[in-house]
Amino acid sequence: MSKKPTVKKPTVPAMFSKNPPSTTTTTTTNDKENLIEVKPKSDRLVPWVEKYRPKKVSDVAYQDEVVAVLTKCLAGSDFPNLLFYGPPGTGKTSTILAAAHELFGPQLFRDRVMELNSSDERGINVIREKVKKFAQFSVIATRSDGAYCPSFKLIILDECDSMTKAAQAALRRTMERESKTTRFCLICNYISRIIDPITSRCAKFRFKPLKDSIIVQRLQTICDTENVQHEPEAITELVKCTEGDMRKAVTFLQSVARFRANTVITAIDVQEITGIIPENVIENLYQVCHSSSYEKLATTVKNVLLEGYAAHQLLLQLHDYILGQMALGNEQKGIIFEKAAIVDGCLLDGADEYLQLMDFLCTVMHQLCRS
Amino acid sequence: MSLWCDKYRPKTFDELDYQLQQAELLQTIVASGDFPHFLIFGPSGSGKKTRITCLLHALYGDGIQSLRIENHEYETPSKKKIEITTIGSNFHIQVNPSDVGIYDRVVIQELIKTIAQTRQINSTEQRAFKVIVIVEVDKLTRDAQHGLRRTMEKYVGSCRLVLCCNSTSRVIPAIRSRCLAIRVAAPTVDEISGILKKVATIEGIQLPVDLANRIGEKSQRNLRRALLMLQSCATQKVPLTKDQQIVEPDWEIYLRDTARMIGEQQTPQRILEARERLYELIAHCIPAEVIFKGLLDELLANCDDLLKSQITQTAAEYEHRLRQGSKEIFHLEAFIAKYMCIYKQHMQSMAAGLDDCFD
Repeated sequence: MSKKPTVKKPTVPAMFSKNPPSTTTTTTTNDKENLIEVKPKSDRLVPWVEKYRPKKVSDVAYQDEVVAVLTKCLAGSDFPNLLFYGPPGTGKTSTILAAAHELFGPQLFRDRVMELNSSDERGINVIREKVKKFAQFSVIATRSDGAYCPSFKLIILDECDSMTKAAQAALRRTMERESKTTRFCLICNYISRIIDPITSRCAKFRFKPLKDSIIVQRLQTICDTENVQHEPEAITELVKCTEGDMRKAVTFLQSVARFRANTVITAIDVQEITGIIPENVIENLYQVCHSSSYEKLATTVKNVLLEGYAAHQLLLQLHDYILGQMALGNEQKGIIFEKAAIVDGCLLDGADEYLQLMDFLCTVMHQLCRS
Repeated sequence: MSLWCDKYRPKTFDELDYQLQQAELLQTIVASGDFPHFLIFGPSGSGKKTRITCLLHALYGDGIQSLRIENHEYETPSKKKIEITTIGSNFHIQVNPSDVGIYDRVVIQELIKTIAQTRQINSTEQRAFKVIVIVEVDKLTRDAQHGLRRTMEKYVGSCRLVLCCNSTSRVIPAIRSRCLAIRVAAPTVDEISGILKKVATIEGIQLPVDLANRIGEKSQRNLRRALLMLQSCATQKVPLTKDQQIVEPDWEIYLRDTARMIGEQQTPQRILEARERLYELIAHCIPAEVIFKGLLDELLANCDDLLKSQITQTAAEYEHRLRQGSKEIFHLEAFIAKYMCIYKQHMQSMAAGLDDCFD
């Protein structure tokens, strides 16, 4: 998507702004989608995540509240400032991009929409100058061809949780004062990182992790269009390890499909590529805890880490495994999981994996031997 | 004379010695002419970089080996000038943004975005995309990682990222969900000794099986280390004998002695002495977490089982604090003091218990 350079210099020669018409066969079928238009070389080179990104608001799966509100807005009612939050891969960016495209159409999109994400400098100065200036322009309510389009501009601030508090504070008045000419859409993963005055100025929408059945359905559609042969279990396995993250599911599906081109995809192929730690490794660790020998535990943990498994993933899977152990009482599980939470926090802070895992497993060992 | 670990580094997928199945997987993905962003992770000395070079070679051919070094200079918003060095060929560029510390975000925003925005001119002869290799992704700050997110999606047509790190724990989920994660496990001891034998034969040296196995075990499944050990053995004396001593790094012996000192006697005097030795280690650029692990291993060797888990816990706690703090020596020293405290208390209570028995 080479929107960026063209935004800055609208007068680039045509050969730079897009690929020359060149020898390749007709540019892809999606003629008006400039999301995809820029990569006409061959369909195969487009990652499926981009190719199957929803192009209309109505295509967005599962996020009913947002879709309902946005559909109304598209039909002509008032457009509020928006704040989207939720885990990765639930369609936040896709939704607002699709909405913007429907609102403004391909021609006006570049003039009316300003997309800033954390790959752009977004300190307080940028908010004060760039965003404020952009927000102050007023626009007319017709397109060049005379059709109606809303008389405001859209500023999308993606990945807001990485904006500083000061920058967020600088947005406050701008958001209110320019409400005649500009709408904001803020996107973040954690709403707790957004200051209250901002949240109270926006209509908040939580994006839920997608339901398994919906991911299955989408993957099925993609498989059908891309002619990917697969066992039904493969899809189930794929969905199981993505935890409601559509992007992850599609990325994995494409990788597996490339790896097993022209053959039937099985559940084992999926396991291989998703990097889930095999069940027996987890089981083994748990059994070693039973033995109450510190040395044995230390060597096992060292070996597991040398195999390259990430401590964070190990911790997650150990948690699930221990949760299912009937031999442990509620109190013991409570103590273990409290430790798990602490260790998880430490790992995120960048603490050493070996020490943290040993700490956690020592607690498990202690609890196991007590019973 | 070059180091053996560089000299015998495989350059194509066919030359790899272990994890052949995975190599095959990578090969099939690359053969299709396109690939997703990669996140390659594994312990050090397991061959992550080797796999990346193989990957690039399979993509672009020999042109990948003519490397050049470039210096870039950027200015942070606070007007501070930062410099970063990149290594690259016509087709790829390798950068380590964590070189510039907390300003890595600027590198991600400026350097990587400019590379990502430029397209290959002659896309019929070459691939349509370039490859950006970012190493030590787990050392990147949060801000920098966030900066990668949209770049990865937006410019997927003109570039692919290959991220390389030791562990995915410190990589934010948003990036993990955009990449195909490839785990590179450390080679097993058998695999290492096999490779050692292979290298020795090419070099024309007789390598006794015992020695190969011993090096394999000593290296802690780190292939680079094993090869260095073998080479230092070979420079010591040729022909190699079965019971030849394997040279250990000086700092390891030094660290072990320090731990022994602490174990022997628990007095404030000893803490002072240990502190000096720790300073020495830090001054020689031994990372604090390595010191922590080394100390823990040695200290636990002569402890009761009861104490072991308690001491591990304190080690984990102080190491975590070290990450958040800025001066390493405080936390190392605190750990030692705590250890002495726990150990002494335990000893005293044992002694008291014994006294009770005698009474």
